Amino acid sequence: MERKYLLGNEAIAHACVESGVDFVSGYPGTPSSEVIDVLRTQPDRSYYLEWSVNEKVALENALAAAWCGIRALCTMKHVGLNVAADPLMTSAYTGVTGGLVIMSADDPFAHSSQNEQDTRCFAKFARVPCLDPASVQEAHDMIPSAFRLSEEFGLPVIFRPTTRICHSKGDVALGEVVPSTRKGEFHKDPRQYVVIPAHTRILHKKLNEKQPAIKKRLVELGYNQFEIRGKTAVIASGIAASYVQELLPDGVSFMKIGAYPIDEEWLGAFVNKHEKVLVIEELAPEVEEVVRQVAGCVPVFGKKNGYGSYEGELSPPAVAAILVKAGLLPANPFPSVDPVQNLPLRPPILCAGCLHRSAAYAIKKVFKDSIYPSDIGCYTLGLQMGVVDTTICMGASITVASGIAHSGDPRDILCTIGDSTFLHTGIQGLLNAVYNGANMTVVILDNRITAMTGHQPNPNTGQTACGVESPHVSLDALCRACGVHFVESVDPFDITGMMHVLEGAKKRKGVKVIIAKQMCVISARRAGVKRGRYQVDADACTGCGNCVRFGCPAIVFADEKAQINDLCSGCAVCVQICPVGAIGREGKR
Amino acid sequence: MNGSFDILMVGIGGQGTILASNILGEACLIEGRHVKGAETHGMAQRGGSVESHIRIDGLFGPLIPPGQADLMISFDLLEALRYSHYLKKEGRLVVNNHLVLPTSVYTQKLVAPTEDEIIAALKKHTLCLLDADKMASDAGSPLSQNVVMLGAASGSIPLKPESLLEAVRRLVPKKTVEINTKAFEMGREFGGICR
Ligand code: SF4
Ligand code: SF4
Repeated sequence: MERKYLLGNEAIAHACVESGVDFVSGYPGTPSSEVIDVLRTQPDRSYYLEWSVNEKVALENALAAAWCGIRALCTMKHVGLNVAADPLMTSAYTGVTGGLVIMSADDPFAHSSQNEQDTRCFAKFARVPCLDPASVQEAHDMIPSAFRLSEEFGLPVIFRPTTRICHSKGDVALGEVVPSTRKGEFHKDPRQYVVIPAHTRILHKKLNEKQPAIKKRLVELGYNQFEIRGKTAVIASGIAASYVQELLPDGVSFMKIGAYPIDEEWLGAFVNKHEKVLVIEELAPEVEEVVRQVAGCVPVFGKKNGYGSYEGELSPPAVAAILVKAGLLPANPFPSVDPVQNLPLRPPILCAGCLHRSAAYAIKKVFKDSIYPSDIGCYTLGLQMGVVDTTICMGASITVASGIAHSGDPRDILCTIGDSTFLHTGIQGLLNAVYNGANMTVVILDNRITAMTGHQPNPNTGQTACGVESPHVSLDALCRACGVHFVESVDPFDITGMMHVLEGAKKRKGVKVIIAKQMCVISARRAGVKRGRYQVDADACTGCGNCVRFGCPAIVFADEKAQINDLCSGCAVCVQICPVGAIGREGKR
Repeated sequence: MNGSFDILMVGIGGQGTILASNILGEACLIEGRHVKGAETHGMAQRGGSVESHIRIDGLFGPLIPPGQADLMISFDLLEALRYSHYLKKEGRLVVNNHLVLPTSVYTQKLVAPTEDEIIAALKKHTLCLLDADKMASDAGSPLSQNVVMLGAASGSIPLKPESLLEAVRRLVPKKTVEINTKAFEMGREFGGICR
């Protein structure tokens, strides 16, 4: 067997190829994106693959593929599953014939997310099996059996790795690639696929009847397992199980939960062999709740009585602290150490020459005391420039803007949204705002790529996930078709020009759309666009600091003068900001 | 308990910590050893502070607890200080003698420690300070900075230098193998005398 040092997501992608996956769809979202990014760049692909426009669209496509009897994978981040919740809930009723694995990557500690929701709760809600790997190797090994499990029970299976699995690395033993021989074929069966009330009532009953057998099977498959070593037990799930294994003293029993739903009878038998049970898991008390149901008079320790937290992620010291508190370890082997205090933070920032920074600058100049609903993308970093007043979920800048517009606040409302987010769930909001007569300005920040998650193409890029040229989408025509009369395209690097159009929008009533177009710096660099660098004439520079406050990371301040370093990507916006004309092209003075 | 050798690599998104971590992982595979790691992906890669944990012979979780790293490799002075509490008392610190001030220092007028203050604070550990930017340029490309850093740290890493060099050759772009080999050797030579 071949061993490779792989990122969790790379190992997951490889396991999908090993499983002979036939159909892949998804929407990018950290920490899930690399799975499709790896699959879409494989040299000889035997599967269909797409980046879909949003998660609901992705899941419905994958579901249809699984209805045709082929193996489908659908990837997203945890909050993407909210968007796909509608098809998810009913796909459990209709079931599948080909295997359908839905990867929904959770993000405890919200490293790059708007919340810390727990996909395990969603799986319970939908009544579908959920696999929760404890290591990169296990994430890899779970995929082939997730497909088999899905086919065995005719149900979608949720695969739920967390950031610490997706973005962890390890030496992984890979399996053989077994190419698929399946051919998709749709067998008409209205009682299965048309969920009118008469059908759905029966399907619901069937779904519920499948549950006991699933629970048994998950134990047989070894996802849920235990070792009895004493009178006290620790039960841990997901990555927490890895941390516990590193720390567990001899003589303490250990149960590892890697799959849901948990077989209560099996669990109860284990718990009742002990005098005390401690449950350690991240986020929701999913395991703990079941343990408490079956524990009878065995005392249970878990987050419900203060042993562990409902928020954030675990770590070896955090797990050790819980073990100490529960009396299972004499002392924390990782004495706490204090980081150096008061260092300036280094949060992520917009790249040098990013269109979002110059657009934000122009917006701030024209729409001074306005309300700025915003959305999810690199431009959320515009928070640092004061042009982000709200973000809640994908597509919610336009809807929040129209909601505020109808709530009586007299200030101007200007919302920002990226092109990918606009196509994801922004269009409906725009249609609604126009339909209901809101007064607001929408700035679509159009860099023709889904940048933040790692530069995935979208319909506005003109290329599919696999690099095939795709039909041109006109954002301008889309907005006009929604009924917007004021639609203007601008170059955000031309500050004066953009301010002029913003002023025009400010004067008018109704919904106005401004499309600010410039390529993302990173995709421009990859495409070989060269703009040349800029430099500060030290004699002319008065040290006023205007350019430095603009916040481009290529501009630094030393000896009371501005300087431009080699991060400069040549957008020339600082040239327009400098009041004394001290900035010019490199090599020219 | 875990008998792993724990390396924390820190820097600023975009400085090449991910490739360096891959080289260490590959070298472990060459020697048939287990390895675990965890790293920052996503948003923070946009110029934010990033960390990469590598646990040679690691069997369980990928995260190094604070106070437990055997070795820390930092691509930036300020980041070295920010993460220095991860290092064991007797741990070694290999740091690129270069300071990039966060943009917030200019836009929000935050106070940052000076280079001298940072170096003085880092000296309570065994410190190897090197000008990796310059050494990388001398080797033929500023992009080989991460390999220079690995070379300088290699004397403290429980992996054979041949394995590390082989891993470098396998993972860097074909055209740059020679430059990176040189970068590794220059770093290694410097690391040998600065400790
Ligand atoms: S990746 Fe592209 S869109 Fe994102 S901050 Fe950088 S230039 Fe801007
Ligand atoms: S031209 Fe000015 S604003 Fe644009 S990237 Fe270069 S330094 Fe930054």
